[in-house]
Amino acid sequence: MSLLELTDKLIQWVSEMARTQGYSPEWAGFFTAIAIMLAVGGFVLGFISVVAMLLIWMERKVSGHMQSRIGPNRVGPFGLFQSIADAVKLLLKEDIAPKMVDKPVWWLAPIIIVVPAVLSFLCFPFHKGWIPLDLNLGLLFIMAIGSVSVIAIFMAGYGSNNKYSLIGGMRTVAQIISYEVPAILAIVPVVMLAGSLSFGQIIEAQSFRWNLFSLWGIVSFIIYVISGTAEINRTPFDIPEAESELVAGYHTEYSGMKFALFFVAEYTNMVIVSMIASAVFLGGYYLPFGLGASPVWMLLKVFAMIFLLMWFRWTFPRLRVDQMMIFGWKVLLPISFANIAWVGIWMALKL
Amino acid sequence: MTELFNTALTPWEWTQLISFYGIAALMIVAALMVVTLRNIFHSALGLAAVALGAAAIYLMLDAEFLAFVQILVYVGAVVTLIAFMVMLTQRASHGKLVRQSNDQKTISFIVVLSLFALLIWKIPTTVWNTTVSTGNLADAKTLGTAFLKEYIMPFEVISIVLLVALIGAIVLARREPK
Amino acid sequence: MIVPLAHFLILSLIIFCIGLYGALTRRNAVGILMSVELMLNAANINLVAFSRFVSPQSGTGQIFAVFVMALAAASVAVGLAIVICIYRNHRTIAADKIDLMKW
Repeated sequence: MSLLELTDKLIQWVSEMARTQGYSPEWAGFFTAIAIMLAVGGFVLGFISVVAMLLIWMERKVSGHMQSRIGPNRVGPFGLFQSIADAVKLLLKEDIAPKMVDKPVWWLAPIIIVVPAVLSFLCFPFHKGWIPLDLNLGLLFIMAIGSVSVIAIFMAGYGSNNKYSLIGGMRTVAQIISYEVPAILAIVPVVMLAGSLSFGQIIEAQSFRWNLFSLWGIVSFIIYVISGTAEINRTPFDIPEAESELVAGYHTEYSGMKFALFFVAEYTNMVIVSMIASAVFLGGYYLPFGLGASPVWMLLKVFAMIFLLMWFRWTFPRLRVDQMMIFGWKVLLPISFANIAWVGIWMALKL
Repeated sequence: MTELFNTALTPWEWTQLISFYGIAALMIVAALMVVTLRNIFHSALGLAAVALGAAAIYLMLDAEFLAFVQILVYVGAVVTLIAFMVMLTQRASHGKLVRQSNDQKTISFIVVLSLFALLIWKIPTTVWNTTVSTGNLADAKTLGTAFLKEYIMPFEVISIVLLVALIGAIVLARREPK
Repeated sequence: MIVPLAHFLILSLIIFCIGLYGALTRRNAVGILMSVELMLNAANINLVAFSRFVSPQSGTGQIFAVFVMALAAASVAVGLAIVICIYRNHRTIAADKIDLMKW
């Protein structure tokens, strides 16, 4: 039974109950629907906070082992509760607002940056029929919502009234809008073949054969992973927050809870990029060749993708700004166009 | 308007009404921010708010595709470009003492007010040729088919316009190589 | 749809009027561009509302709105280039200071 059928049944049942008790069935159904929405929203928020904490621990552990260290190991078994300790520390920390910041803009930026990250999670495909918000235009929705975070980064960079923040913010925005283009174009062949923008249908189209198992699929996947890494400012592309030149980029002036919000948004975006890559290229909750389907595979794939992104961090040196721009516009963009043309010709010949 | 409140409304209709007027009020406040604030960066944020509000209105009008494209184009591209403009011309637009409006304030206000009065008088009295929707509403598929069938010529023209704008912008903005 | 068509039109009218006032009175070139964007947005709301209320199946108004959005994006791109050019040469973007062609 899928999520939608379940909620429909529940609403019907509550309406019937209300009718027998003499209340308005319409209003009862309405409040049930609102309650279900709140429950789903609460579940998604809980999922995000657990995953973000797990990821921060995982990042430190993976980094540690890649540098022949142990990583966090004091709080709890294997240091698992380290993130909780960190969160408590950040919550208790004094929240300092520098004197010259542009107050409203500076205050709103960390809130606005979390909203698109949380909203994108509503499209997380756990299992067949178990997508909290399976829109017909799901992929377009995620791309559109993701572009709102650009404004938040601009607000943080400008509102801090600090030249490092401003330069960091402008670099981030330039990088995000440049790499958004190849990221979208890498997904276009998948959409052409599946004939749909909804996550559910794109995954169903891969129930036997993943999109990765073809030449165009490999090319698209590589382009998507590279531009996804750039969009979330992870290490080979972490120019916006390059410690050695810009202190911390756009979030230099933030401390305490506001800094924590930027941190959560960063890790959430990492999960979203991994989620899109696994749903669009790695068959979502399906094993290849009809070997089975389960939410476990989806989560495993997402974590494998995140591990790949962490591996990148300790493997590649940081690029220079001009190298990065040239790579995005002169290498990735033509390849993705050629890929789309090739898939289009192939589809036309096949039909 | 009065007959609206005489009939009993379902909860979803209440939600629709409240969200429409709420979003409309927010959009008007944001639009006023765009034209009145001294700090031009705050104005750009107001424009972003108006664009998001318009996207919500499109969602209400069952135009999901347009709503998402609106967010992608306006918030992701237009407001971002404008914010870039503000940053690059920071010195010219900075400072609270710089006068932000010109000498045409009064006359513009009269012109705008007369246009507003004329239309606010005509809009409620005109009888619009509305139809009650039956069957399928236009979705992304309808739009895509229409773009490649009836509207193929305007579609191609708009592509050329975008290409020309792109090349023109690059030519204008780049520095002459010495 | 419980909200009548006229209310969408009035919302669009108000935003259009605000945008028009801004385009007429702003000194900053970027501000003028933003006011023009407001007016385009208002026109789009009109188009989509008419599309929903008059021809909900064909979606002609939505197609027009897509064209308007493409033109808005193009105008902002060219506007950015022009503003940067003017700023480079005149060190100002106040529209009433750029009067080289006026004699």
